[in-house]
Amino acid sequence: MNNILKLGALAAASTLVLAGCAANEAVVETPTTSAAAGSTETVVEITGTLNGSGASSMAAGQEAWIAAFQIANPGVTVNYDPTGSGTGRAQFMEGATSFTGSDSYWKDEELLETFPSCEVGTMPWEFPIWISPIAVIFNLDGISSLNMDGATVAGIFAGEITMWNDSAIAAANPGVALPELQITAVHRSDESGTSKNFTDYLAKVAENVWTVGAIEAWPVEYGGEGAQGTSGVVSAVTGGNGTIGYADASRAGDLGTVAVKVGTDFVSYSAEAAAAVVDASPLAEGRESYDLAYKIDRNTTASGAYPIVLVSYLMGCNDYADDAQAELVRAWASFLVSEEGQNAAAASAGNAPISAGLRAKAQAIIDAIK
Amino acid sequence: MTDTKPKAVRRLGDIVFANLAFFAGVSILATLATVAAFLFAQSVPAFTGPPIDAASEGFFSYVLPFVFGTVYASVIGLAIATPLAVGIALYISHFANRRFAQILGYAVDLLAAIPSVVYGLWGILVLAPFLSPTFNWLNANLGWIPMFAGQVSATGRTMLTVGIVLAIMVLPIMAALIREIFLQTPRLHEEAALALGATRWEMIKMAVLPFGRPGIISAAMLGLGRALGETMAVAMVLSPAAVVSFAVLTSTNSNTIAANIALQFPEAGGNYTNLLIATGLVLFAITMVVNMIARWVISRRAEFSGAN
Repeated sequence: MNNILKLGALAAASTLVLAGCAANEAVVETPTTSAAAGSTETVVEITGTLNGSGASSMAAGQEAWIAAFQIANPGVTVNYDPTGSGTGRAQFMEGATSFTGSDSYWKDEELLETFPSCEVGTMPWEFPIWISPIAVIFNLDGISSLNMDGATVAGIFAGEITMWNDSAIAAANPGVALPELQITAVHRSDESGTSKNFTDYLAKVAENVWTVGAIEAWPVEYGGEGAQGTSGVVSAVTGGNGTIGYADASRAGDLGTVAVKVGTDFVSYSAEAAAAVVDASPLAEGRESYDLAYKIDRNTTASGAYPIVLVSYLMGCNDYADDAQAELVRAWASFLVSEEGQNAAAASAGNAPISAGLRAKAQAIIDAIK
Repeated sequence: MTDTKPKAVRRLGDIVFANLAFFAGVSILATLATVAAFLFAQSVPAFTGPPIDAASEGFFSYVLPFVFGTVYASVIGLAIATPLAVGIALYISHFANRRFAQILGYAVDLLAAIPSVVYGLWGILVLAPFLSPTFNWLNANLGWIPMFAGQVSATGRTMLTVGIVLAIMVLPIMAALIREIFLQTPRLHEEAALALGATRWEMIKMAVLPFGRPGIISAAMLGLGRALGETMAVAMVLSPAAVVSFAVLTSTNSNTIAANIALQFPEAGGNYTNLLIATGLVLFAITMVVNMIARWVISRRAEFSGAN
C-alpha cells in the first residue's frame, strides 16, 4: 500500500516537473519572435515566466502588482515568494530568481560575489520600490495620539521608562491625562526588517539610551514582550492594556499612534512624510550609479518628514544572461515604479508611494537593463 | 534420498507482499538516517564558519535557553495533561454509559484534528486574555513561589499559557492511548476486586491503575514527544527571550528550539541558517532520548504491550 502511494506520488511529481519544463522552454522562444514582429510603434506583447523572492514586508504589494501586471500582460506569469530578505538575496545570488525584494540594500561583501543570473562580470542594480512608515502604536483608554521625542521612545523600548505617567512623556503632552499604568513594550520575536529599521531610528536619535545599534534580534536586557510577526505585535498591543509596540503603519488600525519629534515639530506618520525622508537622505557611498542604496537620515530635520520608515529595494541584473528575462524584468520593474503601479500597491497595502524624483531615477536604471 | 519435509510453496503474492513490507520497514530507517545525516552535515558550518552575531558566546550558551524552554514548556504541558488524560480515560472506560462514552471518545479524538496554527490563534486571541486576571491573582497570592514571581505579563502570552495550550494539544493522543489500556484490564481482576467488597474507586485503585501504569507512562512519553516538537502554537503564543527563566507569568520566557527555528529561519542567512539547523539537531537528540526512555519503560512490562 505504502509503495503504491509512493509510486503514485512519484508519477504525479514527475508530471509536474515535466510540465514545468515545457512552460519554461516556451518562454525562451517567444519574446524574441514577437519583438521582431512588432517593429512598428505598437506595444510589444511579452510572454514568459518571471520568478522573484524576498522581503515579506512587500508581499501584499507584490500581490497587487502581480494581479494588475498579469491582467495587462496575459502572456506573463510573475511569481513572488515572500521568503524573507536574506533568503531572497541568497536565492538571487544562487541564480534561482530573476529579481529580489529586500528590506536592506546589498551588503558590500555580497557585491563582491558573483551573480549567476547576470552576464559574467556585471553587477546588480537596486532602488527603493517600497516605502513603508512604521507606526509606534499603543493601547491606552481614551488616548489616540501622543507626542514623544526619540529619546523617550528609546527609553520605553529599552525598559528605562516604565510608567505611562513618566515625566518625559508628560512633558511632551501637556493637557493629556496619562494613567498611572505599567508600560508593556512589545517587540518582534522573529527577526525582521521592521525591527531593524525601528531600532536603527532609536540608535541614531538616542544613542545614549539605545546603545545596541540597529538590531533584528531583541536584546534580553531590554526586556519587554515578544510577538511573532506584524499581526502578532498588533494583536498583543490590542489585547493588552498599557501596551506599546511598532508595526507597519497600514496595520495600525484604531490603535493610538505616536507623533515623533523631527526638528522642533512632532510628526505623525503619513505616506507623504515617509516618502519625504527618503528624498532627504543621502546615498550610500562607493556605489555604482545604478545602485540607489539610501542611508536613511533618521536625524533629519526636514519639515514634514517621518523618519521611522522601512525602505525595501527591488534588485535585478543590469545585464541578464538570459535576454528574455531582461525584457520581462524591464516591463515588470517599469510597471512597479510607475505611478499606476505605486498607487495600486498603496491602495491595497497602505504603504507610501515613492516620490516623482525617485521614480525618474529608477526608470533611468530600468531603461538601461540589457 | 527424497526430501520428506514438505516444501513451502512460495506464491507470487507472498513474495511481493514480503518485499513490500520489507521495503516499507527499511524506508523508515533510511528516512531517519537521511534526516540525521542532513542535520549533521548542515550543522558543521555553524562551528567551522565565521562567527555568528547571534551566538557570539558560543553554540552551547546560544542553545541552552532554548533547550531549557523546550523541556520546561513540555513538562508544564505534561503535568497538566497527564491527570486530565487519566481522568478522561477512566471516565470513558469505567464510568460513562456506552453511548456517551463513544461520543466523548470521538470528541477527544477530534481535538487531535485541529491544526496547531488554530491552537496558536486561539491561544493569542482567547486563552491569553482570558487567563490574564488569573495570572495577576496567582502573582499577588502565590508570588512567593519563584515560578509565579516577577512582573506579570500584561497580555497573558506567557510560559504557563503555552503549557496549557500544549496540554490541550497532547491530550487527545494521551487520552486515547490510556483509554485503550484501561479497557484491557483483565475482567477477572476487576470482578475479583468488586467481589471482595471494593467500591468502584477502590477497584480502579487496586486493579485498573496498577495494570495501566506502564501504559500511562508511555502515553505521557508520546505526549512529551509531541510537545517537544510543537512549533507553530508556541511561536505564536509565547513572548520569548534568550534567557533561562523559571518564572511562568512574565513576558520574559525561554523560547523553545522548534519555535526559535520557525521565528528566525525566514530572515536567516549564511551560516546562521546552519546554526539554527544545529539547534534542530539538539532537538532531534532530545526527542530520541525521550523515545528511548519510553521504549525502556514499555519493555519493562513487555507482557502488557503489543509494541514489542
